[in-house]
Amino acid sequence: MVDKNKHGEIVKAESKNLDFYYADGTQALKNVSLPVYENKITALIGPSGCGKSTFLRSFNRMHDLYPGNRYDGEIVLHPDNTNILDARVDPIEVRMRISMVFQKPNPFPKSIYENVAYGLRVRGENNSRTLDDKVEEALKGASLWGEVKNRLQDLAFNLSGGQQQRLCIARALATEPEIMLFDEPTSALDPIATVNIEELMSGLREKLSILIVTHNMQQAARISDYTAYMYLGELVEHDATDKIFTNPSKKETEDYITGKFG
Amino acid sequence: MAKTAIKAKNSNDLNEIRALIKKHKKNDLIFAATGMFVIASLTITLLILFLDLVIDGYPRFTLDFFSNFPSRRALRAGILSAWIGSSLVLLVTFFVAVPLGIAAGVYLEEYAKKNWISDLIEINVSNLAGVPSIIYGLLALGLFVYSFGLGSSILTAGLTLALLMLPIVIVSTRESIRAIPVHIREAAFAVGATKWQVVINHVIPYSYGGILTGVIIGMARAIGETAPVITIGALTFIAFLPPSPISTSAPFLNFEWLDSAFTVLPIQMFNWISRPQHAFHVNAAATGAVIIVLTALMNGFAIRLRYKIRKKIKW
Amino acid sequence: MSDINVSAGLAKNFKRHLAERIIETGLFLSAAVAVFITTAIVYVLVTEAIPFFQHVSIYDFLTDTVWTPNYSIKHYGISALIAGTLTTTMIALAVAVPLGTLTAIYLSEFATHKVRETIKPVLELLVGVPTVVFGYFALMLVTPLLQQIYPDLTTFNMLGPGIVMGIMIVPYIASVSEDAMRAVPMAMREGAYAMGATRFQTAIRVIAPAAMSGIVASYILAISRAVGETMIVAIAAGQQPNFTFNPVESAATITAYIVSVALGDLEHGTVGYQSIFAAGLTLLVMTLLLNILGHWVRKRYAERY
Repeated sequence: MVDKNKHGEIVKAESKNLDFYYADGTQALKNVSLPVYENKITALIGPSGCGKSTFLRSFNRMHDLYPGNRYDGEIVLHPDNTNILDARVDPIEVRMRISMVFQKPNPFPKSIYENVAYGLRVRGENNSRTLDDKVEEALKGASLWGEVKNRLQDLAFNLSGGQQQRLCIARALATEPEIMLFDEPTSALDPIATVNIEELMSGLREKLSILIVTHNMQQAARISDYTAYMYLGELVEHDATDKIFTNPSKKETEDYITGKFG
Repeated sequence: MAKTAIKAKNSNDLNEIRALIKKHKKNDLIFAATGMFVIASLTITLLILFLDLVIDGYPRFTLDFFSNFPSRRALRAGILSAWIGSSLVLLVTFFVAVPLGIAAGVYLEEYAKKNWISDLIEINVSNLAGVPSIIYGLLALGLFVYSFGLGSSILTAGLTLALLMLPIVIVSTRESIRAIPVHIREAAFAVGATKWQVVINHVIPYSYGGILTGVIIGMARAIGETAPVITIGALTFIAFLPPSPISTSAPFLNFEWLDSAFTVLPIQMFNWISRPQHAFHVNAAATGAVIIVLTALMNGFAIRLRYKIRKKIKW
Repeated sequence: MSDINVSAGLAKNFKRHLAERIIETGLFLSAAVAVFITTAIVYVLVTEAIPFFQHVSIYDFLTDTVWTPNYSIKHYGISALIAGTLTTTMIALAVAVPLGTLTAIYLSEFATHKVRETIKPVLELLVGVPTVVFGYFALMLVTPLLQQIYPDLTTFNMLGPGIVMGIMIVPYIASVSEDAMRAVPMAMREGAYAMGATRFQTAIRVIAPAAMSGIVASYILAISRAVGETMIVAIAAGQQPNFTFNPVESAATITAYIVSVALGDLEHGTVGYQSIFAAGLTLLVMTLLLNILGHWVRKRYAERY
């Protein structure tokens, strides 16, 4: 059963009436229903504190790491048609299929090779041949192979900021995820590194689905196919990127886009 | 206020203020000088302590001293049984306190939920750090020596000192783990690692240096602990060695030595200083010099290690 | 409209889950050892002290001022031992509190970074000196030195070990107080300097009061440490119980008594054997009260910056 919707796209995952409460009781998400389309880039924009990172981190159950957080509602993953927030679902399994790249590049204090291989190792993959192949593939997919292929045993910290972030992308790619979550991936990088990564993300569309949180509206306009505007924990508007940026349906969206506030 | 300002222009008041400032500056200088003096004195005291032992014990710094058993004749007495005893006891202490302490530290930092059980454990750990060492001796006497029937053996001493060392290992493990930034942990989880995988692949390897520092400091303390070991009944005059752990015939490793009677370096020193004859005091000084060299080396190494780690970390 | 059942691709992996649970339980037990130790300490001390108190009434124990377990007429007045403990502790504090506080203030407010980084390791080395070595020092160096000033001083006295204990305790006071003072935000200091205060005035009038809870906590820690100290007093103060507060006399502390009994023949089950547990229980109660007091002071007077 393939879910097609008003945009005629295949839904890879979708949140349904998602509420989220932090341990201290504050409600960070209110009734958010948002689809993530297959092989498309969906961008989340909105002012600080609107809940976009909170929403992103619900997709790979990052909130589970901190006790007291509570989800209400569903995030359904296809083709399983299962709510990944269900208590019977193993968060480890979720994270093996939905990976994340963080705002500040955070490679492990290990070698470049080991950084990329780690995701495979935790799955029990120990065959060095297989690992070599998959590490190379992931580094190529992150456009980093050429620069590091002769120094795989070097410490990851010796790379530049942009290279480190691409390494983190390679690390996330190595496990062949179905969805990749990007949390403001270029906000800590210089413009040239930013362009590299944006190009990379565009290419990755072919293999997987992408959900990206960005503070930079121009970035959303440049690379995403669909954009969702959030404010104070609610989804205000979700539509094709072109439409959002040229002819938004809601006034709030228009105000934010044109810089009237935020 | 304006009136005061105008009045201050009167040169008398100005002089008063100047005199006050001068007095304050003088006090400041006096205090600084006193501070430096005190600190210098403390440093010198440490040196005097060490030199005193070396000078007093000088006649005994011979190879014989290290290879002889204690004897009724002060000149013939040596610390063989003492330093072997210390080594064996510390072996037990290390293998009990380190895994237990690291495991406890890992649990408290990575697994413990915020409930009353965790609070209880934390209160106990910090409380135990303040319990006098002789009370551990009494605990060991009642529990290990009699209730468990382990007797006044190397095993008992090792366990007792391990209990003493435990809070130090736990605290240094926790502090090292806390220094690991949250985003490294999140990155590991995001890639699909389980809690234990994150601990064993990331948390422990990255806090290794800090944990090692705590272990070394704990071991240095254990070498010098006397009261609890006396309390469990360690003998003060031993003219034999415990059975060797390694033998030439199979099985190559044995554990009989755990059950053996023994003595340790600080007890040997205490025994000799308690005798009235001056010749034994010389022995005590020599033993003291040995002990202080060991502990100073270990503590110094730990301090340097901690310094190097602090410099290296650049998350 | 999602499936009511969890798909195979997302369900909990039983084996992995079980392994994680087992590891967590193992780690929990390691942490719970701390609770076990405390319970065991209380249990051992109390169960061995109970038969003792059946033999010696608590009233006598607390009020008698003579402690003679080895004489034909046995007295078990803990006050004799407490007097020794208190006297040596007081002397130690008289040395350690001024020296330690001064050092802390100097390191925190006056010393340059280099000086601080050189001195702090020295203090740590001082902490690392085994107490039996300090005991040797007290008996063989300090007491003879004191005897030069006051020739009537006996070989075993409480002044020598008291002073040496003080020196031993200085690093505890210095480092904890210094940490407390360094925790005071720079903004407070800048405010004082901007008004023209000297370092000394700032330290005494602004920083020390702000850090007072930490400083007092360090004093209480020092008292606790002095009360529980064994070897220095066992070696240099003598092991004869003596109800006196006169520093030039010899006396036994609670801790020295326990050691002296342990050195002799310990017949399991005799009153003499049990007496060390009664003494130990007294010591535990004292240090526990001190720890609780220190904790309370910390919480009650903690500055929130």
